[in-house]
Amino acid sequence: MMRKTSQPTLQGITSNQTKIRITSIFVIVVGFYLFTSIKTESSLLDLWNGKNGFINIAQNLFPPNWNYASTVLPQLIETLHMAIIATTIAAIISIPISLLSAANLFPNAFIHQPVRFIMNVLRTIPDILLALIFVGIFGVGVFPGIMALIIFSLGLLAKLVYETIESIDMNPIEAIRASGGNTLQVIGYAVLPQVLPQFVSFGLYVFEVNVRASLVLGFVGAGGIGLLLNQQVSWANYPNVMTIIIIIFVSVVIIDYISNKLRERLI
Amino acid sequence: MIEFKDISLVYPNGTQGLKNVNIQINPGEFVVVVGLSGAGKSTLIRSINRLVTPTHGELLIDQENILNYRARDLRKLRTKVGMIFQNYNLVKRSSVMKNVISGRLGYTGTLRSLFNLYPKEDMALAYRSLERVNISEKLYQRSDQLSGGQQQRVAIARVLTQQPNIILADEPVASLDPPTSHQVMTYLRKVNKEDHITTIVNLHFIDMAMEYADRIIGMRAGEVVYDGPVSEVCEATFEEIYGRKIRDEDRVGGSDDA
Repeated sequence: MMRKTSQPTLQGITSNQTKIRITSIFVIVVGFYLFTSIKTESSLLDLWNGKNGFINIAQNLFPPNWNYASTVLPQLIETLHMAIIATTIAAIISIPISLLSAANLFPNAFIHQPVRFIMNVLRTIPDILLALIFVGIFGVGVFPGIMALIIFSLGLLAKLVYETIESIDMNPIEAIRASGGNTLQVIGYAVLPQVLPQFVSFGLYVFEVNVRASLVLGFVGAGGIGLLLNQQVSWANYPNVMTIIIIIFVSVVIIDYISNKLRERLI
Repeated sequence: MIEFKDISLVYPNGTQGLKNVNIQINPGEFVVVVGLSGAGKSTLIRSINRLVTPTHGELLIDQENILNYRARDLRKLRTKVGMIFQNYNLVKRSSVMKNVISGRLGYTGTLRSLFNLYPKEDMALAYRSLERVNISEKLYQRSDQLSGGQQQRVAIARVLTQQPNIILADEPVASLDPPTSHQVMTYLRKVNKEDHITTIVNLHFIDMAMEYADRIIGMRAGEVVYDGPVSEVCEATFEEIYGRKIRDEDRVGGSDDA
């Protein structure tokens, strides 16, 4: 049999239609960037124009004032305390909430949907806004900061945990149910053992997030090291600011490192 | 005694799981239910502990219609009906002991069970159950470190710890190799004889059904198409139940003629 020798006419790897679509999307996106840049009167050139500012700040920040460290450390510890307390309380509250949000345990939409909805609403509130609200209610101090962190991390933790619960192996649950276990026993014997490692891991992760979040909360008067940072920046005391920045940086790196190592071991 | 009286089951998606089933299973019998996959074997045995609920008819266990049972009654029923699954269904991250003691959940208060406060007799019973299936040396190992056959034996021990009147086994050997399958079936048979526990097993291997059953129930498309003592069953019976010729894959082989 003769082989056909005629070459099909190809348009390359992608069809012409696709090429046109990709090109027009590219043009629109670039156009949008240009438009926003012009509208907000900011461009990459500002980076160059501001070079003196960079130099000024850098000169002012160095050398850091190490004598100030003794004032910073107690505040750092206060920040850590806030994060620990908030994470622990949020973790405890998140257990029943995430169980109720899991559709595989509570298939009735009237149970899991409202719980999820409340958690979704909580998650959309920025942490700084929560802090402002609680400072408004309780006054300046550590307590409103802790409250803000609890609410903030609860939304996060509950979502992470309920998604884990929904991915567990349902077979042991069927077995416990078939042997006459009630709902709480099913949870205790078949659900918790399966999610415990991830739960602890998420707890550590949320603790990391809380340490970083609690820095920002200080700016609105919700206690911790952020309060100090805000104060020193507004007094333009740059060597002190640099001390705070270095201490924060080092401690955050150490905490993230330890918590990452622990989490690797867990899973 | 278990009595199916004109039982039918239609799943919410419209599939007919069971169709006019009328059978009686006597105390202490070892019944094997055979049929192709999708024939309704699982649905039949899962009706007995109400993991599924028939939509029509009456299902009597010791003269009581279990189809009316709700929450508390249902848990009491399930406490007395042990179940063994194809995938063992152990909690893999928990120890063997924790899995076996969970057979006592129906007898134990919620708080006691959540804090592992079991009476001494229950612990001893769990240990004896493990001894009966020759796996007590694995007591504190994590269940996922055990082989398939060992996990299924732990599952049998869990059921024994329930001290049930009825054992249901849904394709208990479908994930096991032939020698291990025979071992598991031998344990089920032994328990059935020693404790006089009514045992209902789903199988699709015909040689295994012939070897271990007292009585065979054949199912096709949700209906019981054969019911009789194993002595009256021959290859033609299976061909009738399956609606086709018997093939090699319908036999597990490797029977130990010890």
